[in-house]
Amino acid sequence: MFSIENWLALLQDWRVFASGLEQTLIASVLGLLLAVVLGVVMGVFAAAPVGPLRLISRIYVEFFRNTPLVTQLFFYYHGLPRVGFTLPVMAVGVLGLGVYTGAFIAEIVRAGIQSVRRGQLEAAYSQGFTYLQAMRHIILPQTVRVVLPPLTNQFVNLIKNSSALSLIAGYDLMYQADSWSSYNLLYAVTYVTVAVLYLSLTLPLAWLTRRLEERFHRQWGGMSA
Amino acid sequence: MSFQGLLIVLKPENLRALLMGLGVTLKMAVTVIILSFVFGTLLAIIRFSGDRHPDRAVARWSGRLAFTYIELIRNLPMLLLMLAVYLIGRMPALRAAIIGMTVFTTAIMAEIVRGGLNSVDKGQWEAAVSQGFSYRQILQLIVLPQALRSMIPPIVSQFITVVKDTAFAWGLGVFELTGSGSLIYTKYANPMETLLVIALIYFVVSYLMSRVAFRLERRLAVGSY
Repeated sequence: MFSIENWLALLQDWRVFASGLEQTLIASVLGLLLAVVLGVVMGVFAAAPVGPLRLISRIYVEFFRNTPLVTQLFFYYHGLPRVGFTLPVMAVGVLGLGVYTGAFIAEIVRAGIQSVRRGQLEAAYSQGFTYLQAMRHIILPQTVRVVLPPLTNQFVNLIKNSSALSLIAGYDLMYQADSWSSYNLLYAVTYVTVAVLYLSLTLPLAWLTRRLEERFHRQWGGMSA
Repeated sequence: MSFQGLLIVLKPENLRALLMGLGVTLKMAVTVIILSFVFGTLLAIIRFSGDRHPDRAVARWSGRLAFTYIELIRNLPMLLLMLAVYLIGRMPALRAAIIGMTVFTTAIMAEIVRGGLNSVDKGQWEAAVSQGFSYRQILQLIVLPQALRSMIPPIVSQFITVVKDTAFAWGLGVFELTGSGSLIYTKYANPMETLLVIALIYFVVSYLMSRVAFRLERRLAVGSY
């Protein structure tokens, strides 16, 4: 199973895995960017004093959080071409990962905003800030330290979830592992290697999450501002 | 996207196929949650005991082993574990999917249980020790039953996650809900309509479960301190 020849065969085709890792990284980083943008906008909507905005945010969060990522990806990949939107597979991946993870980030941002004392908003109003100005300059900056630990955790989840791209032939790491190993019939060495590659992305982030959490608890004792 | 396409999905034979897929999904999720709860509790107790008795070599080292398992496994994509079990272990897809998911969810469950154990007040331990209870008796009779209360809401939300994650099993060729739907839309060329119906089914299941979790959380919070 783990004989030297098997490892050498895998090493010889290292480019396959390198390109898979590259695709996984690109999809994850771009997916995270989209997710953060969507998450912040929808998180602010969720805390907005405007009913329809709160409703939009609620529907977005509940729908995308409560349906599987795989099903959502299939919708973009198999469904959208039927109505004239044929996206390249990388775009499907970024869209799928971004919209899905954005729903989780929106909840994190909402909780972050609600952790800032209400008096802050009132004080900002009394100084003539508009709602958006108060959010942008007063409230959101204060949420950063509450939001950061769960946000890095979401990034870990996003990287792990990017393996779903393999189900739509996304040329990501999982896809390359699957196709290379079934072509060469070398499953054990492949899956061990790919596991190590995934861990090399997720473990540092998981460690960073823990550090941020610890710092947050040390500084604030788990209390909100 | 058309009304006819939607009607095709709702034809009795297709609807029956989807409900059978939902049955597979729910059966998988329930099996995985029960198995992971058992293994996760054992793992959590091992890790917890290692933290509590660092002076005993066996407890310390088994605790570290449990910690390593938890940290490595939960930072890997679940699909990778499922495929590895399927291809390296050479077993039927459904069994491989359940084992792969259980290996992963056990690590998550261990953290939930450990959180529950840590949430029990220190005074409970002191009181039990003063009454002459052994370590095992304290865990079994006093701490675990109380920990269970704070564990139930996160376990329900983990159940929702597992229900959604069963969609990954389609990557192994298991005919769960998403897989059953894929068959329908490749036959009738109506991916949008079919995937919308599937998403709606997942949504109803998860949303109902999350309402349950919310209620439990509120009920269980009463009378706690």
